[in-house]
Amino acid sequence: MDGTENNILIHKTFHIEGGNFQNAGLISDQVKKILKEAGLPKKVIRRTSIATFEAEMNVICYAQRGNLSLFITPNFLKVVVEDEGHGIPDINLAMSDGYSTADEKIREWGFGAGMGLPNIRRNTDEMVLTSKFREGTHLEFIIYLDRQENMLPFE
Amino acid sequence: MTVADIVKNFGLQTRAGRERLLEEVTGGYASDLLSDVIAHSRKGNIWITIQTHPNIVAVATMKELAGIILAGGREPDADTIQKAEEEEIPILISPLFTFELVGKLYQIGISGMSPC
Repeated sequence: MDGTENNILIHKTFHIEGGNFQNAGLISDQVKKILKEAGLPKKVIRRTSIATFEAEMNVICYAQRGNLSLFITPNFLKVVVEDEGHGIPDINLAMSDGYSTADEKIREWGFGAGMGLPNIRRNTDEMVLTSKFREGTHLEFIIYLDRQENMLPFE
Repeated sequence: MTVADIVKNFGLQTRAGRERLLEEVTGGYASDLLSDVIAHSRKGNIWITIQTHPNIVAVATMKELAGIILAGGREPDADTIQKAEEEEIPILISPLFTFELVGKLYQIGISGMSPC
């Protein structure tokens, strides 16, 4: 995951407020607009939108606050999400389909399916997740812009 | 079958996205958990849900769904309608509850995806 510092064409950081369900999805909307304006392939935009949406929701559901940073280079785009919040005690468990610690309020909004992290993994080329329980979570993912499969139109 | 055919068949009310009613429907998905829809719906699906907040439009846009049917006569939030108009996502309302609605959609040939 090195090389981000070189050739950064676009870098933008967004603040995410934990618990703010009413404005959920705004950050991923803004990221999507940036990718569209940058003229990236449709499939890259779709995959990034899904991964960013899920990452944003995780901060809203499980953290007090967080930041989401987008980096675009000629070869890949990278998203870094850092939050101060619950943290994840068992990452392997959290990565399994259907596992969720969501409370009633989160579920009422249609979140907490236990599929957010697996959806991020499925829609990115590289993903690194680290967490300190009761402190926070650090997520990074990369989507390559120079890979043939990402250049294909939507299947 | 198009979204407009479904609207006509079931007398659905349209709250947004009228310009995309002629979109072809490839199948259907029913769920109220957004990440589940992200994982399992397919392009061109009609989505049946009881969620009414603007994130349903975000999900439908990301997955290029043909439209959203709100079951049980639920009304979309005002900002959901606004976002759906911007993104051109049809939002339709049925008085039927999800189970009945899905059953009737299946009868007219809208099917779901089998798990792989």
